[in-house]
Amino acid sequence: MRRFLRAGHDPVRERLKRDLFQFNKTVEHGFPHQPSALGYSPFLRLMAIGTRSGAIKLYGAPGVEFMGLHEENNTVMQIHFIPDQCQLVTLLDDNSLHLWSLKQHGGTSELREEHRFTLKGPPGSPPSATQVTAVLPHSSREVLYLGTESGNIFVVELPSFRVLEDRTITPEAVLQRIPEDNCNRRSCELVEALREHPKNPDQILIGYSRGLIVLWDLQNNKATHHFLGSQQLENLYWQRDGSKFVSCHYDGSYSQWPVSSDNRQSEPLENTVPYGPFPCKAISKIYWQTTKNGLPYIIFQGGMPRASYGDRHSISVIHGSQQTAFDFTSRVIDFFIIFSSDPAAEFDDPSALVVLAEEELVVIDLKSAGWPAVHPPYLASLHCSAITCSHHVSNIPLKLWERIISAGSKQNIHYSSMPWPIDGGTNIAPDPPQRDLLLTGHEDGTVRFWDASGVCLHLLYKLSTVRVFLTDADPNDNMNTLGDDEWPPLRKVGTFDPYSDDPRLGIQKIYLCKYSGYLAVAGTAGQVLVMELNDEDAEHVVDHAEADLLQDQEGYRWKGHEKLITRDGPVRFEAGFQPFVLVQCQPPAVVTSLALHSEWRLVAFGTSHGFGLFDHQQKRLVFVKCTLHPSDQLALEGPLSRVKSLKKSLRQSFRRIRRSRVSSRKRRGGGGNASEVQEANAKFDQDVLQEMELAPVQRKIEARSAEDSFTGFVRTLYFADTFLRDSSRHCPSLWAGTNGGTVYAFCLRVPPAERRMDEPVRAEQAKEIQLMHRAPVVGILVLDGRSTPLPEPLEVAHDLSKSPDMQGSHQLLVVSEEQFKVFTLPKVSSKLKLKLTALEGCRVRKVTVANFGSCKTDDYSENDLAVLTNLGDIQIISLPFLKLQIRYPCIRKEDVSGIASCVFTKYGQGFYLISPSEFERFSLSTKWLVEPRCIVDMPEVTTNNHVHKPGSENAARKSSPGDCGEDERKSGRLMEHALLNDEKVLKEIQSTLEGGR
Amino acid sequence: MNRAQRGAAGSRGLGTMEVKSKFGAEFRRFSLERSKPGKFEEFYGLLQHVHKIPNVDVLVGYTDIHGDLLPINNDDNYHKAVSTANPLLRIFIQRKEDADYSAFGTDTMTRKKNVLSNVLRPDNHKKKPHIVISMPQDFRPVSSIIDVDILPETHRRVRLYKYGTDKPLGFYIRDGSSVRVTPHGLEKVPGIFISRLVPGGLAQSTGLLAVNDEVLEVNGIEVSGKSLDQVTDMMIANSRNLIITVRPANQRNNVVRNSRTSGSSGQSTESSLPSSTPNILGSLLQGEEESDEEDIIIEDSGEPQQIPKATPASESIESLSQIELLHESTQNGFLPSSEMNLNHSTGSISTEYEAPEPGRKSLEEDGTIITL
Repeated sequence: MRRFLRAGHDPVRERLKRDLFQFNKTVEHGFPHQPSALGYSPFLRLMAIGTRSGAIKLYGAPGVEFMGLHEENNTVMQIHFIPDQCQLVTLLDDNSLHLWSLKQHGGTSELREEHRFTLKGPPGSPPSATQVTAVLPHSSREVLYLGTESGNIFVVELPSFRVLEDRTITPEAVLQRIPEDNCNRRSCELVEALREHPKNPDQILIGYSRGLIVLWDLQNNKATHHFLGSQQLENLYWQRDGSKFVSCHYDGSYSQWPVSSDNRQSEPLENTVPYGPFPCKAISKIYWQTTKNGLPYIIFQGGMPRASYGDRHSISVIHGSQQTAFDFTSRVIDFFIIFSSDPAAEFDDPSALVVLAEEELVVIDLKSAGWPAVHPPYLASLHCSAITCSHHVSNIPLKLWERIISAGSKQNIHYSSMPWPIDGGTNIAPDPPQRDLLLTGHEDGTVRFWDASGVCLHLLYKLSTVRVFLTDADPNDNMNTLGDDEWPPLRKVGTFDPYSDDPRLGIQKIYLCKYSGYLAVAGTAGQVLVMELNDEDAEHVVDHAEADLLQDQEGYRWKGHEKLITRDGPVRFEAGFQPFVLVQCQPPAVVTSLALHSEWRLVAFGTSHGFGLFDHQQKRLVFVKCTLHPSDQLALEGPLSRVKSLKKSLRQSFRRIRRSRVSSRKRRGGGGNASEVQEANAKFDQDVLQEMELAPVQRKIEARSAEDSFTGFVRTLYFADTFLRDSSRHCPSLWAGTNGGTVYAFCLRVPPAERRMDEPVRAEQAKEIQLMHRAPVVGILVLDGRSTPLPEPLEVAHDLSKSPDMQGSHQLLVVSEEQFKVFTLPKVSSKLKLKLTALEGCRVRKVTVANFGSCKTDDYSENDLAVLTNLGDIQIISLPFLKLQIRYPCIRKEDVSGIASCVFTKYGQGFYLISPSEFERFSLSTKWLVEPRCIVDMPEVTTNNHVHKPGSENAARKSSPGDCGEDERKSGRLMEHALLNDEKVLKEIQSTLEGGR
Repeated sequence: MNRAQRGAAGSRGLGTMEVKSKFGAEFRRFSLERSKPGKFEEFYGLLQHVHKIPNVDVLVGYTDIHGDLLPINNDDNYHKAVSTANPLLRIFIQRKEDADYSAFGTDTMTRKKNVLSNVLRPDNHKKKPHIVISMPQDFRPVSSIIDVDILPETHRRVRLYKYGTDKPLGFYIRDGSSVRVTPHGLEKVPGIFISRLVPGGLAQSTGLLAVNDEVLEVNGIEVSGKSLDQVTDMMIANSRNLIITVRPANQRNNVVRNSRTSGSSGQSTESSLPSSTPNILGSLLQGEEESDEEDIIIEDSGEPQQIPKATPASESIESLSQIELLHESTQNGFLPSSEMNLNHSTGSISTEYEAPEPGRKSLEEDGTIITL
């Protein structure tokens, strides 16, 4: 503590620290966890997603993102944009309503919560009286209609949320106007849907759960029409011209109803069960979209035959004879259609179907033949297979970037070429200063390459390592091979597939050399693959080698999984990264560390048993080193035995409880009757329970010894060209750090380039350092004569880094979970140290060297250590003097997976998982900050350029196209067009009038 | 300078003191400044130096005013010896390997004169196994209660030395709650408690810690506000030299001091604790620096050795290359001057001996002037 206090006294340094470091959580990448509601504004062209944790996220054009969080952290049930406004209303599951608005502030738009409101009924009324089930923001933008469980429809003024009690539509008022023969009070329970008439804002359609649908005239406060459905109602949809509407029902049917002025009680024009005749599931939402050719698009959710396809999450699109039931990978939360929002347009002319499923967002292009999916630029499902590791590479050379993109584009040919249809707002963030790649390894053996340069985390390319191995899963076995005559015409869409066929394929470590294009990937079953980027498809044999890490250790038995079986003969690989070398560790334990030196053509890998070095140029194993402690049985037996023992101990403890219970029963049950025994048993159970609750959590305090298990676990590997043997000659070296606090250094002899293939690479152990505190070594680093970390391989060759200073003496930095220590080289003597755990009780989880530039001057930058501790704090520690610079709380300490997933970039940013599907991006640097900066302008209210008459009351009240989903034509406005004497408008009026009749 | 002059000047005028040192059959005479005797290590080095036995481990003894032969093996008894010597400090040096420990003690000098009786009754002589009083570096630190003088009576600071024992530390900690007196009255606050002692473990064998003792500090750092896991990690990280301050569950064995008025309430202990913390922190950390950190290095798969501190002095011994020697000599700016100092003193020592070889560190290190 004392030294930390001492560190912060220099005012110059303090000022510099302010110019260098700053902590910000900037943006969340990926797909929101547990989405619960979807909204869309055709006016703003923005989409809103609400989640179960109360977050609300708005998305527009790529880079346009907003986020808000409800204080209550309750599930967002519904989202409704206010027509023609930068405002939206959310309904939470605690029945509270929240008004959010996008306001411009300091050049960017911000999402803010303006008001909150909970509907209150008269005193003594049951809570259901005010339980909101349907929300209708009226196109006048002045009021909100709230349908409730009780059947009452309340009217609230916006933005004040004042209840206009005199305008409440009660079930009694509705029933007055309806013949009583087949309606009673119960028909008006629970408002299922509220829809405003697309042409006449004075009319709203009210759908009650039991099937009664009423067209209500707001001016005269009376029901003009009523429609009696025989089935439980699910949803309603107005057709564009307002002459008909569609209702969908619980039994999987939908009906089309005409609205004519002469007929007050009407029968449906059409009643269809699309997937009948057997019982079907409910159709929960339906769209009826008109097109020029007269054939409507009927798009609905659900309705599948209950018995055989009831478990499918489907949305069906029917257009004439074309019919497809899109089969989603997870539950459909909601969907909307993007169609012509031009109020003057005669037809809906739908262009895209946007579906929010529980685990991913799918957009279907309805314009192109075959209805292909659109590749989303954001909201990617990071977790389509669980993320097992991640690796970040900053500043990718343009050449490599283009090659990865071209490899990726070949994989994306089945996607639509349609531009992203949700394109509201303007991204005003400066272009990202460099190209950054985030690589994620997944459980199914794939590596995904993400463009992490900007706000939108975008999938560039997906690499699969599965093809190298023989697995049970047949790659051709997918769901899309249904014949044409299949009914229902299901089509699988989406990429979410969390089920891994073989957990051994999981990727554990990734290393990409951005200069050479070499990629090393290591997995769960001890497999290490070295790959090269190839722009063409190729078929070749993967060289295969085995590394026996146990060497001469005998008498051990590996009880874990078996190694993966390789495919014999040449394997066909698609363009992109193609493996050419496979090293399999024996025993096939998880690869725990990996290092690649592309200049020396060497790859080093470590497991819980030891580490090895492989020459991928000559395809020869250079050496292996076993790091096991003879008494470390656990590491040898593998992970399964551990599970078994846990199971065993659980079983034993259960048995013990049961036995003691039985014996106590016997003891007590001797004299008394049954009830007494029962009582005694209950008491005993209670005692046991209490005892269990009272038993405190204990922690053992014990010095670490060499015999602790998993001491041989290789945590880190590092290549360095440094002075290992003497101070006059430097040589290539390999450093390895273990869980037991041991550092091994090997001196390497790499033949010069011209004889690289002729002479073998040699390695010799030069040093072994045992840290007395025996904490796991998590990082090794060599600092050059200027105390700068050694550059990456090939960095100097590409003129991207100064060559390291080989004149001054080098220093070795060893980072353990508990301490940072600097040693001199070549003679290892300790020079400096910083204790972390002994003073603060936290441990190092992740450490990286990061370069921090000053926000004030361009020419100053320094290298520091960015450290994440097990408490979720981020600390910056200076090099080479190991002084704590600054500390920020970042991740909750309980969020173990978040801490484990954290990855730092080379320029002081970082990512960690906040849910299985979302990365939080943060920045420690004042200079490198990637955050959304965007602006949403109020578009001109109309898209057809008519003039508002300031005096016209009509225009002020009714000048708006639709609310989310529906859009309306206003007769009032159309009258203005007539005044303009526009031919086009006249035609429109005509069509409206025709439709109205 | 002749001997008489120097002796007179030494004993009277300048406060110097004559030392007569005997090793085997040889005597050496030199003088020390009574007011600045220096450290025992320096004196030891000086003795080795004047007797020209640089690499011989020896035991040092002196005769006190009662004629007893007493050992000198640390700063304290060295200073005692210097301060009580009048006018001459008689030093007896024995080789460590053939040291006669029984020689020390009360009446040793008189006994020594009675050699005959010793010889006649050898069984008597051998009866009592002697206790070896060795050099400070040979001491094995043991667990103890420390800082009794600065801590409130209700608290106890225990130093658990894991070093050199195979015993496990052997205790468990748990979460709990304790009652504190705060300005707002009694408050229940979370605390960390010792939950279990492993039988035969270090914690139990010292008897200094007990179940339900509340842990207040770990190596000078307060644990309040820290989680159980954090405190666990801190203790394990400090396990080689673990200093825990506890409030013993059993408050009846507390040290009662007269300086303090009786009945120190909970409040006073709480308020006095933080103020004492910064003072002791430094010394705790200091002590810790010396005792932990002995990382081991094996070079080229040779013998393991402890990693030295990268001080210029240690570097100078190790490095063989030309560059580093140069580098080292510039860094060691003080080396020549201290050597001069020694050379100067050489001349004044009555018995003849050569100039010291370079590389004798113990004399160069500190600035204590040894006048002869």
